[in-house]
Amino acid sequence: MDTFEGYRRPDGRIGVRNHVAVLPTSVAASPIADRIASDAGRWARATPHQMGTSQPDEGRERTRTVLAGIGLNPNVGAALVVELGTEDLDAESLADDIAASGKPVETLAVREAGATAAALERGAELVADLSEEISDQTREAADVSELVFAVECGGSDATSGIAANPAVGAAADRLVDAGGTVCISETPEFIGAEHIAAERCVDEATREKLLDRVARRERLADLMGVDMRGAQPTPGNQEGGLTTIEEKSLGALAKCGTRPIRHVVDYGEEIPVGGGVTVMDTPGYDVESVVGKVAGGAQVVAFTTGRGSTTGNPIAPVIKVTGNPRTAERLASNMDVDASTVIDGEALTEAGERVYRTLRSVANGAETAAETRRLEEFAINERQPRELAAEGER
Amino acid sequence: MKGRILDERALVMADEDTVATALTDLEAGDRLTDADPPLTVTEAVPFGHKIALTDMAAGETVRKYGEVIGEASVSIARGAWVHTHNCDSTRGRGDQHATAGVRDSGGSEDGGPL
Repeated sequence: MDTFEGYRRPDGRIGVRNHVAVLPTSVAASPIADRIASDAGRWARATPHQMGTSQPDEGRERTRTVLAGIGLNPNVGAALVVELGTEDLDAESLADDIAASGKPVETLAVREAGATAAALERGAELVADLSEEISDQTREAADVSELVFAVECGGSDATSGIAANPAVGAAADRLVDAGGTVCISETPEFIGAEHIAAERCVDEATREKLLDRVARRERLADLMGVDMRGAQPTPGNQEGGLTTIEEKSLGALAKCGTRPIRHVVDYGEEIPVGGGVTVMDTPGYDVESVVGKVAGGAQVVAFTTGRGSTTGNPIAPVIKVTGNPRTAERLASNMDVDASTVIDGEALTEAGERVYRTLRSVANGAETAAETRRLEEFAINERQPRELAAEGER
Repeated sequence: MKGRILDERALVMADEDTVATALTDLEAGDRLTDADPPLTVTEAVPFGHKIALTDMAAGETVRKYGEVIGEASVSIARGAWVHTHNCDSTRGRGDQHATAGVRDSGGSEDGGPL
């Protein structure tokens, strides 16, 4: 039985990190949240974002879903919700949603605290108390079946589909066979490969939902009257040898392995734990896509890159895997697994084994390159008026 | 790695593929003798980019991974570099749909053009 050691939360879930999350409810509270976390130390992680104090209902619901999901992510031991005080999104009720898991949660309103200096001071006290409350948490043995492993790709090139994605896919298969969960997203990158993904769906309802979501993403291009070729594949993808979205998608799908697709969930929605692959409907933008999956409960992320992305996440460790030998050399200090060896003849099963071993050691506490360098991008996917209009027409 | 390697310099992912992927920078005149019949690269093909394994007429499908990745926008000769200048996606072409009003299926329920 494959195990790892993590932090058991009051709701029964198991985290691989013991962070105090500092969650701003709007862009107005984001700089304060960021400062509180960075002044406190490495154990405190802020999620600054660009959402305004006043959003349309659908947009506000999404912001709330994502922030609640981040607070509920098992890598978070305790949370501080920070507001300016003018937000439509109610900090107290967001804090209640997170506290329902049994985790300690506090709120801070900048206006009530007096001003920013007073808020920073009060914030420092609150996160110190929260940290104290979870300091007695120690790692305990857990089965890998409790892991939710998110897979992502960014800065793809031709090596992604040949080496890095199949290597991560081999690790994904190992995890699923051990009872664990894999979550793939980036719906636009199913265009041209959806027939293969559809065949892997466990039932008709899942298949229909998947095809519907892919069609909706493609239709967005239609609605806007744009030629998707300018953006997908991106100019960088094209320079790396990827000619069409179909080619990019066929390579991208390999990173979730070959096992059955059991669920299709919305952006930031909870990922069902246990034994299979879940598709989350997200945009292709890496940072927002990773954040969606972490809000869905993913504890660890594998991020494949051909051309060399350095992105991370504040809450979940991000394992960087490259299949490009030049990137492996030039960006060595930002990479965790070199899968370019596959191009020189290393068996995919062996490269997959290295990814799987890295996944387990990172789950046990080993730092990823992005964690060491504090690369912690965070962005919430905002629901666009055209996107909402497209749904309204259905 | 899945697929078949040609002269340690190019990779064919599946038997039905009409393109191979360069595993190194290829130059005009380079020979891939493992191809059947042996093939001469007719122009520079950078690492990761594609070489035509067969002659393809305009409109013919281009295959990699054993799947359709697009179609030839002009005729492509065996040994040529295959990329955005001669191979088009068949998907995500909102520009064409919007101007021509063409839908692949379904009419307004499927979300007609705005």
